[in-house]
Amino acid sequence: MATMLSVQDLHVSYGAIKAVQGISFTINEGEIVTLIGANGAGKSTTLNTIAGLLKPESGSIEFLGESLVGVQAHRIVERGIALCPEGRRVFMQMTVAENLDMGGYTRKESENREELARIYDHFPRLKERRNQIAGTLSGGEQQMLAMGRALMSKPRLLMLDEPSMGLAPILVQEIFEIIKALHEQGTTILLVEQNAQMALSIADRAYVLETGTISMSGEARALLNDDRVRKAYLGG
Amino acid sequence: MDTQNADARPVISARASSASASGTRKTLPMPVRYAINAVLVLIFLVVGELMIDGGVITRYQSTVLEQVGIYIILAVSLNIATGYLGQLPLGHAGFMSVGGYGCAIFLTRMMPVLGLTARDFVTGSPVCVFLLIGGLLVGGVCAAICGIIIGIPALRLKGDYLAIITLAFSEIIRVVMLNIDAVVGFKLTGGAAGLTGIPGYTNFLNVFITVVVVCFLIHTMMKSRHGRAILAIRDNEIAAEASGVNTTYYKTLAFVVSAFFAGVAGGLYAGCIGVMQPAVFGFMKSIEILVMVVLGGMGSMLGSVISATFLTILPEALRAFSEYRMIVYAVVLILVMIFRPQGLLGSYDFSLSRIIERVMNRDFPWKKKQTVRAEEVSADA
Repeated sequence: MATMLSVQDLHVSYGAIKAVQGISFTINEGEIVTLIGANGAGKSTTLNTIAGLLKPESGSIEFLGESLVGVQAHRIVERGIALCPEGRRVFMQMTVAENLDMGGYTRKESENREELARIYDHFPRLKERRNQIAGTLSGGEQQMLAMGRALMSKPRLLMLDEPSMGLAPILVQEIFEIIKALHEQGTTILLVEQNAQMALSIADRAYVLETGTISMSGEARALLNDDRVRKAYLGG
Repeated sequence: MDTQNADARPVISARASSASASGTRKTLPMPVRYAINAVLVLIFLVVGELMIDGGVITRYQSTVLEQVGIYIILAVSLNIATGYLGQLPLGHAGFMSVGGYGCAIFLTRMMPVLGLTARDFVTGSPVCVFLLIGGLLVGGVCAAICGIIIGIPALRLKGDYLAIITLAFSEIIRVVMLNIDAVVGFKLTGGAAGLTGIPGYTNFLNVFITVVVVCFLIHTMMKSRHGRAILAIRDNEIAAEASGVNTTYYKTLAFVVSAFFAGVAGGLYAGCIGVMQPAVFGFMKSIEILVMVVLGGMGSMLGSVISATFLTILPEALRAFSEYRMIVYAVVLILVMIFRPQGLLGSYDFSLSRIIERVMNRDFPWKKKQTVRAEEVSADA
């Protein structure tokens, strides 16, 4: 398996606050890798930095052998990394179809049409509601829309920031089924989650973040049975 | 032809196929849509011209009409930055004055070179038409350059910070216009006394044509890929950036296009009033234009047009009541904001073609609608 993304000694700060303090990890082609950890551990900061929304203080980010440090966010999308941001950031006043269309913004329209059909297969509910205004969708549907929009750019690496946030357990189940299906089709996924149980049960490998540093890493299944992880994140 | 056209964009094809689920939905081909709009525009123009020629509209009233057109351009152009981009700039009068001075100075300097007098603009010789187009473009470009200078630093800020910095810049522009003569040492803007001797090149016809062209250009821009990027930034800047939109570029673009058209409006204003005085372009002017946009509904082009028309005519119509008229003006604003906080039209945009399509499909509003339709929100033709 070839290394797709390699992050080395990454430091990110918000002014005086050091959010990420020297983390290193890799993602191989075809894997689901998850970053788990409590609030404020630096998970979202890491994703936003990879996506180019934040600038790292130091460290390197390499995607398919090329550095992403200092590359603008819209160029990173073109290189094949899509971020599905935290908190269902959909375009509220646009329709579902227009939202998805924006996801394929960096690509040709003819390519988008095939992609759109594929996304409607994954998310039949979006197809039913394609002419509905995104702001009137339920929370779960908005999350699906945000994921579908990220997929429209046909990414080589899909980064999901807390897809389960604020959703009912049954919807969380549904979202994770979709993530699994995407993985089976060959999409490489970097998943950030607070719901450690769900994340570890579908991931190949995992990294545990604590106050900006990686405290543990390894096979997801092994971490699921690890005592320290169980105590800290899985409720005993 | 029609279906191919509709399939060109995934969004449209999605709409078309949703309709086909409940029987084929008839749509108008694009050339027909353009033809409908062209005919409407022509009818307005011919009726207006006939009324002026026939003396139904007095000279004073036609001057008011010209001002209505100028304010429509100002409101519609500010609407790009407020309604579509979702920012709150307060310096529109600054861009207007730059455009006005740019156009007026260019024309008054070019006239002796080309051997023209103010009289030629009234008779409308072909040279004057080209010179006027050139003048308006010069005004627009001057304003757009100011837009770039102000926009690049200012757009790093949001909301009230952006409002304050744009307000400050427009005050700087006003003070520069006031004092530039003394600094450079020759007559350019005329200082506090104002720039005089501007030929009265503005008339109903050229204002009308400019309004139509400006509205058409803005509408086309907002329907394009670029327009969608601007709307995406308004809805969610982070998501837009994550979708691959170059947010810095598009924010600056929207701001600069907004400034450009304000400059064009300023050029027409100079020809309509005949004197350019810096004092006119204080921040109250910017507020006045912003009020038009907010009253009409942010993001609605027709809303801007209607409220610019209404708010320009209202103070003139109430002239007989002299000191009470500003009270009426204020009361109207308060009432609208209480009962229609989203503006007169919200973000709805009128489309005759769409209404005709509905009639063709016997799809009337009083028949129950289950989903909120996309067309009602987007700025459609």
